[in-house]
Amino acid sequence: MKARYNFVAVSSVLLLLGCSLLFSTRNVSAAAEGKISGTIKLDGTAPHQKPIDMSKEPSCQKIHEGHPVTTETVVTGSGGGLQNVVVYISEGLPVAASNEVLAETPAFDQKGCQYIPHVLALDVNQHFRVTNSDQTSHNIHPMPKPGGGNQEWNKSQPPGSPPFDVSWKTEEVAVHVKCNIHPWMSGYMAVVKGPYGRSDNSGSFTINNVPPGSYTLTAWQESYGTQTQKVSVGAGKPATADFTFKAK
Amino acid sequence: MRTSHNTVFLGVMAVVLASGVATAQNSGVSSGYPVPKGDLTPPQQTGAGLYKRYCVGCHGVKGDGNGENAPYIDPKPRDFTLAQFKCRSTPTGTLPLDSDLIHTLQRGVRGSNMPSWLPLTPENWDDLVAYIKTFSSRWKTEKPGDPIPIPTEPEVTADRVKAGQQLFQRLECWKCHGVEGRGDGPSAPTLTDSKDRAITPYDFSQGGRFKCGATDQDLYRIFMTGLDGTPMPSFADNVKPEEAWDLVFYLRTLQPMKTKERAIAKQLGLKPIDPNAPAAPTPQQ
Repeated sequence: MKARYNFVAVSSVLLLLGCSLLFSTRNVSAAAEGKISGTIKLDGTAPHQKPIDMSKEPSCQKIHEGHPVTTETVVTGSGGGLQNVVVYISEGLPVAASNEVLAETPAFDQKGCQYIPHVLALDVNQHFRVTNSDQTSHNIHPMPKPGGGNQEWNKSQPPGSPPFDVSWKTEEVAVHVKCNIHPWMSGYMAVVKGPYGRSDNSGSFTINNVPPGSYTLTAWQESYGTQTQKVSVGAGKPATADFTFKAK
Repeated sequence: MRTSHNTVFLGVMAVVLASGVATAQNSGVSSGYPVPKGDLTPPQQTGAGLYKRYCVGCHGVKGDGNGENAPYIDPKPRDFTLAQFKCRSTPTGTLPLDSDLIHTLQRGVRGSNMPSWLPLTPENWDDLVAYIKTFSSRWKTEKPGDPIPIPTEPEVTADRVKAGQQLFQRLECWKCHGVEGRGDGPSAPTLTDSKDRAITPYDFSQGGRFKCGATDQDLYRIFMTGLDGTPMPSFADNVKPEEAWDLVFYLRTLQPMKTKERAIAKQLGLKPIDPNAPAAPTPQQ
């Protein structure tokens, strides 16, 4: 009986030690981590974005009064900056860093019968929150590639209903999301392993928490696909990586 | 001498015949169609034989729904390689229970070419389900979802029918199914399934049976689980069990059969919903 108590006591102390060690190393690595930043540009003229007719959904049409809504397959900002490009480390990330799941829970909102953001970047197993800010029902219908490990689901979210949290099990760039009730609604979720960045309306992006090392960086845009380049990150030294997509 | 030769010849023939029958029985199955053994378990082997006899014409040798008859069929046969099923008792995005698949076999799928397989035996159903599950690796890596519980059906009342109608409006079922449930809502013409093929919402005015059954419980289950691979979403997160029954009762009033619900609707003088009416107050977040 006594031996058993001893065993329990010793193993709990060991467990505690193990946990504290784990946390302390995590803190150390976080302090030494660098970042990668850059700008995504579009070379050429962006393809014409088709206007969206929301007259069948007056509550959404009203939100966009005076600002015509268009598709968002290619969105450029000032100086040819390309928006909604997801940049991530596709090769070279240490297993520990790629398995670490980002703690923040980004929102995927349905507002004005559009997805905000239009492209959501996510870490594998990172939770995201689906919200409906509209006065109409939406059905959130993500359609991952069959056989890839992520499963298609389809949930309704009537106006005023509470948000819900979900995550994706496997890397997939990118999962297409649509609403069957409002066929013009189209969005993407880029599920990657490890840290990521998403370009803003000026085309710039930043990937934080990158441990020092040499990496292959991939940039994905929904119409133009992917581009890659090599990048080295030194301890405490931010690296730069710019991408240019050719307009088609 | 001649007699003994004949006897030997007949004896040899008998042995050859017997061994032939034995071989056929060993490699064969109850369906009578021999199948390769491979890595299949005995039920899967039997299922494979049955599948080749009854299912392959539509669902195809690879189980991908591309059988010989598939080009002439609408809706298209199920693609078993996706392990995605419309009629489940389990939440959206999860695998169905074996019993869900067996119910589909027994029932057939209304509005499609899938007939009822009631003439087969219960063992046949089990074996077919075992074989169908070899077409996707999902069955090896995932477990079926937990079935969505269906509480006992309450007594239908006028209040419940009215509450159901409010839900029909608030959940915007009419966007696809139409204000009278005729499948002609504003979003109906644009609907596609997950393989981008045009698909039509259910028309309640057509009759009694749904794709996934005919009972009130089946109807309850359909909108709580959603029909995966189609535009029909799951309402499980947003409809309480009590409310779900109200909706079942209201949906029954849209059907042509003489039901208690329809009598109540008539008594109430229930009019179809007005999609332009101001939205009912909704709970704030």
